Amino acid sequence: MDADRITEKLNILADAAKYDVSCASSGSKRKNENKGLGNASNGICHSYTEDGRCVSLLKILLTNHCIFDCAYCVSRKSNDIQRAAFTVQEVVDLTINFYRRNYIEGLFLSSGIFKDADFTMERLVRVAKKLRLEHNFNGYIHLKSIPGASDELMNEAGLYADRLSVNLEMPTEAGLKLLAPDKSHQDMIKPMGYLKNAIIQHTEEKKLFKKAPMFAPAGQSTQVIIGATPEDDNQILHSANYFYKNFKLRRVYYSGYVPVLEDSRLPALNTSVPMVRENRLYQADWLMRNYGFHVSEIVNNSQPHLDLDIDPKLSWAIRNMHEFPVDVNRADLKMILRVPGIGVLSAQKIVSARKFGKLNWDQLKKIGVSVNRARYFITCHSKEFERRDLTGNAIKQFILATSHSKYIKNVQTQLNLF
Amino acid sequence: MTNLIYDGTFEGLLTAVFDVYAHKLGIVKLHQGEYIDGALFDKKLQVITDETRANRVLKTLKVKLSSMGVQRLYAAHLAEIPGEDNNLLGFIRYAIDSDENIEEDYGNKYVMRVSEMVCKIRRERHRMEAFIRFQKLQDGSFYAGIEPDFNVLPLLIRHFKNRYADMKWMIYDLRRKYGIYYDLHDTEFIILDFANNGRPADVVAAYTEDEGIYQHLWKNYFNSVNIASRKNTKLHVRHIPKRYWKHLTEKI
Repeated sequence: MDADRITEKLNILADAAKYDVSCASSGSKRKNENKGLGNASNGICHSYTEDGRCVSLLKILLTNHCIFDCAYCVSRKSNDIQRAAFTVQEVVDLTINFYRRNYIEGLFLSSGIFKDADFTMERLVRVAKKLRLEHNFNGYIHLKSIPGASDELMNEAGLYADRLSVNLEMPTEAGLKLLAPDKSHQDMIKPMGYLKNAIIQHTEEKKLFKKAPMFAPAGQSTQVIIGATPEDDNQILHSANYFYKNFKLRRVYYSGYVPVLEDSRLPALNTSVPMVRENRLYQADWLMRNYGFHVSEIVNNSQPHLDLDIDPKLSWAIRNMHEFPVDVNRADLKMILRVPGIGVLSAQKIVSARKFGKLNWDQLKKIGVSVNRARYFITCHSKEFERRDLTGNAIKQFILATSHSKYIKNVQTQLNLF
Repeated sequence: MTNLIYDGTFEGLLTAVFDVYAHKLGIVKLHQGEYIDGALFDKKLQVITDETRANRVLKTLKVKLSSMGVQRLYAAHLAEIPGEDNNLLGFIRYAIDSDENIEEDYGNKYVMRVSEMVCKIRRERHRMEAFIRFQKLQDGSFYAGIEPDFNVLPLLIRHFKNRYADMKWMIYDLRRKYGIYYDLHDTEFIILDFANNGRPADVVAAYTEDEGIYQHLWKNYFNSVNIASRKNTKLHVRHIPKRYWKHLTEKI
């Protein structure tokens, strides 16, 4: 093995793959069979980069040669960068050796498009097939579905991979037209639709025959870039909701646009990454998936943007003060989940614990409720509760005054005299 | 108040519970360690670990708690978190004294405390599952040294046995000076006599040829996936606290 050459390739192809934010390795239930190598179940983040993102999978491109010219992408045809390509065997060796050392949960393989969609997809599938069949590898494999690839290849990919994903890139079709003129929205949707149906069909078969093969057990996900085109949060979240509902996606990832290229259609190179907005979108996404919120409760035409200074749950609460206060000793789990300062685990603990006796502030604090937020919205077994008739705006000011955002880096401090 | 002194084992803890009920003790304080005669405490009692008595308490606990509840209690004790003996005793007494299963009574301070302990232990176990870095030795087996905050090594066996079924591996707790070894069939506890402290840099002599290459590749990969314009050191350190760095290939 030529270590220097491999190192060089790895640097180029890992660097090009890092803008794909998905790193989930959970949601599969692949077991280690016949004393092989690895399993995939709950997902483990093996390391964290200095920007605080988790490293769970070996995330690389098979190649960064690409026939497309998408404005937002570092690997676009017209960009003058170093190009490289791995062989199938090189990717397999890297995966196995990293996995054995417990560096990774598995492989996330994507690729630039070389020649055409099927040619590229066939290579990706070949890596997965080799890992599964020749090396008895049961770790996590996430393959990118190449838009426009044939149904036969998508089917084969589903049999070997745990998760498949197509990146929508732009939240709307218009945005995609503007920045990626070579790609068609239809081509992207097609494999997604095929996989959705195939997954449903295989799940049905699995119910009837235990021996039926697994098919993409960790489902599908997608990614949208935010801040590169002028879509508002209302459009982004509604389109995410559309894909959750219609394509049964497990996750939609939001990637704040990192300016990497000079282009008149894009934000300038010195624009900062919209990290707060990205964070708020994820919070909103969680509210939709885990807290029982409907997307139009979070954003709608009269509320097209998420608040940047407070989280979307608090924002919803102060717009809907008529729903509060909530008595935590009596209210439904559904309503408790909507209280700012109470998370899913705390809400479940409250519902379990109150069967044994009414809960007071101390107990709520111990359970993990963030009382300095929740106190404006709940009552409990205590004579103390918020008696003032506060407006939503006043509550917002009180909460903002007692907490400071992790994103505001330069907190005003007293002037240094010396 | 009565001071109880026990030997620190789980059987010892259960025997202590037995003694509390046998002697109808009210307020007690449980200590680990050796029984020293003297006027240090006003009233004290040595718990003599007894398997039959411990089993009687365990049998009752199995009726009062779910099997998961008993396991959680065991794990909480096994982890050897200092100063938690009285909370464990309090939890057991509360469980035995109640007519219904109290595992979910998070309003009770003992139940909440045990739940917090289990949470800590789980986090540490999960960290070990993530941060263990195997190194390939010349005989083809894989070695990893760890220094977890709590005694979680026994909780790691199942995960690593399921995952790395086709290779020989050893995980060694350098702080508590014992390890587990998997020989392709079963795992066993072992004690090694290290001349040095067994840190990764010291094992270099026993590497296979390609170990250095893959460590180098991994470090390179780790640096390549970082997005410099999103640097967030506070978050980075929160995810990987510095005390774990000395065993992480990519952070050495």
